[in-house]
Amino acid sequence: MKIAITSTGNMSDSEIDPRFGRAKFFMIYDDEKDSFEAMDNVQNVQAAHGAGPQATQSVADAGCEALITGHVGPNAFNALKMAKIKVFTVESGTVQEAIDAYKAGKLKAADSADVEGGWV
Amino acid sequence: MNNNSLVISIASGKGGTGKTTLAVNLAAVAGAVTLLDCDVEEPNDHLFLDVKWGESREANVLFPRVDTNLCTGCGECRKACRFNAIVILGKQPLVYPELCHGCGACFLACPEKAITEVPRAVGVIERGPFRDIEFIHGRLNIGEVKGPPLINDVKEAARGNDSHVIIDAPPGTGCPTVEAVRNTDYCVLVTEPTPFGIHDLEAAADMTRQMGVKHGVVVNRSDIGDDRAVRFCEERGVTLLGQIPFDRKAAEAYSRGELLVDALPKYKELFSDLWQTILKEARNA
Repeated sequence: MKIAITSTGNMSDSEIDPRFGRAKFFMIYDDEKDSFEAMDNVQNVQAAHGAGPQATQSVADAGCEALITGHVGPNAFNALKMAKIKVFTVESGTVQEAIDAYKAGKLKAADSADVEGGWV
Repeated sequence: MNNNSLVISIASGKGGTGKTTLAVNLAAVAGAVTLLDCDVEEPNDHLFLDVKWGESREANVLFPRVDTNLCTGCGECRKACRFNAIVILGKQPLVYPELCHGCGACFLACPEKAITEVPRAVGVIERGPFRDIEFIHGRLNIGEVKGPPLINDVKEAARGNDSHVIIDAPPGTGCPTVEAVRNTDYCVLVTEPTPFGIHDLEAAADMTRQMGVKHGVVVNRSDIGDDRAVRFCEERGVTLLGQIPFDRKAAEAYSRGELLVDALPKYKELFSDLWQTILKEARNA
């Protein structure tokens, strides 16, 4: 299973990016290989509108079934729900720490959007 | 509209400079005229006019509806959309109405002909006479974010009228303002002589220049700030159409929803002269 983590950099020790739609990078974690792959999100960072749904598209196209991020707005949340991608939120820390917390079952699944659309 | 009638837009960069005051009072002294309130997010011209409301109709934009039986989830519609309004998740397209501009690109791009365009109501257009004014305005529905299609509809609603047309544009220099000013014969930029007013006047003048719409400036509350507005006109070679000094009595009449030309006799002359100046400038444009 693949898990997307929003990240400020392209390394596993990069800080997580609390934004979803306009996150700098998505670190795609593959739990079978226990490895990360970085995917940049330049296109959506610069989008005028609709970054959340398009970010969902990117993460879904990458085959992810779960997302770890800071906050999710309403448009993104609906899209993630439709894509059947589970959402987990973290406050801070590195990408590796987020994955470790996820594996240890310490992260709670979000059941609704927690910020307004366009939150930066 | 016949060949002699002109379409005059009234715009400003900054809000609250006096677009509405100018629009309604010019209309009141202009004889037979069509007045369009194109500030569809917050129309307020009608507060100053005792309009005998007549026809009211819904204004629509087109929105894509996907036939899920025909859709293969190929994603061509998503690629065609410049506004990020479509995502394809689990082979199903999901369309965000508030992001859709109704451009129809997805409809054209779909190889399966699975998309039809259906109307979606975004506001209403209301009209009616007041004295010699044929008044028309648009009201954007609450929660809608895109004014331009409705503004275009309001302008279309005036088509066929023989009289001059005055368009009260929304503030700013964004898409709604551009839509209101587009294809008008002349644009009156209202400003106030404050740093904020001048800053936004520059942006508005850049907008009209880029659009190829001739423009002139009216300085409202002309004695409250400095002479920057006048200097701006001189430096840029922009016509200074008129200056209206601050007047507490005018502010009071405005706050009561009265036309200045009714409440205070001197404004009848001021706005009549200003209207003639504008027409003359517009004809030479």
